[in-house]
Amino acid sequence: MQAATKVARRNATAASGDDVAILAFSGDIASTSKEAMLQAYHAVGPVKKVLLDFSGVDYINSSGIAIIIQMLLEERAAGHRTIGIFGLTPHFKKVFTMVGVAKYATISPDQAAALSEM
Amino acid sequence: MKNGSSVEVRLPSELGFEKIAMSTAAGMAQLMGFSQDRIEDLKTAVAEACINAIEHGNKFDDRLDVGVVLSSNNDELEIKVIDDGAGFHSAPSTPNIDRKIAGEEEPRGMGMFLIQSLVDEAEWHKGPPGRSFVRLVIRLDKENS
Repeated sequence: MQAATKVARRNATAASGDDVAILAFSGDIASTSKEAMLQAYHAVGPVKKVLLDFSGVDYINSSGIAIIIQMLLEERAAGHRTIGIFGLTPHFKKVFTMVGVAKYATISPDQAAALSEM
Repeated sequence: MKNGSSVEVRLPSELGFEKIAMSTAAGMAQLMGFSQDRIEDLKTAVAEACINAIEHGNKFDDRLDVGVVLSSNNDELEIKVIDDGAGFHSAPSTPNIDRKIAGEEEPRGMGMFLIQSLVDEAEWHKGPPGRSFVRLVIRLDKENS
């Protein structure tokens, strides 16, 4: 019943000049998304900045947010990469802020804003 | 919509069906005149309540249904999500993002917190099998709070 999570990778350059990998998600972000999301995340390569694009996502639940926390946890432990988030609806921006994700990842309205903040 | 209108939905204990309850709750809230912001809050709260019922209450047992009863009463919309589990009795704890990021707390475990934060009332009731439920209420007079 849940829409499969799809991840498309594209590259960009941050305002700082650093390379940025953008992972654009579509489908549902839920417990069933774990493999697709983490596989894509682990395959981004040596870039130091990653943006998670949720502009193609309509449904996110707390299990899906836990996968994003898992990414943040891994990066915190490794200490070598910055993660940003953009494309959330105002509702999900509020939810991400409520659970504390905004403390560890910058949440921007769109790609241009996210790149300018990196 | 008439005051006291009620709708009941029964969901299989399979993840993904919570979206049926979300859509039903959104439709009913729209008929009652709730703003889109409040409807989004309600959708997330209802989804999390149904996920808890599917996962923790009915433990994905395909012989069991999750009941969702939506009732309008004056300016409030009440939703009961009923499962066959033992139920919760304690108040949800606030997730600690620092502990989660440090690996000292499971990344999951935010559903009950979200439910309580997004609606005007949330109560968990323990009961015999088929009678444990969470009761959610949103009110029109909280629109601007």
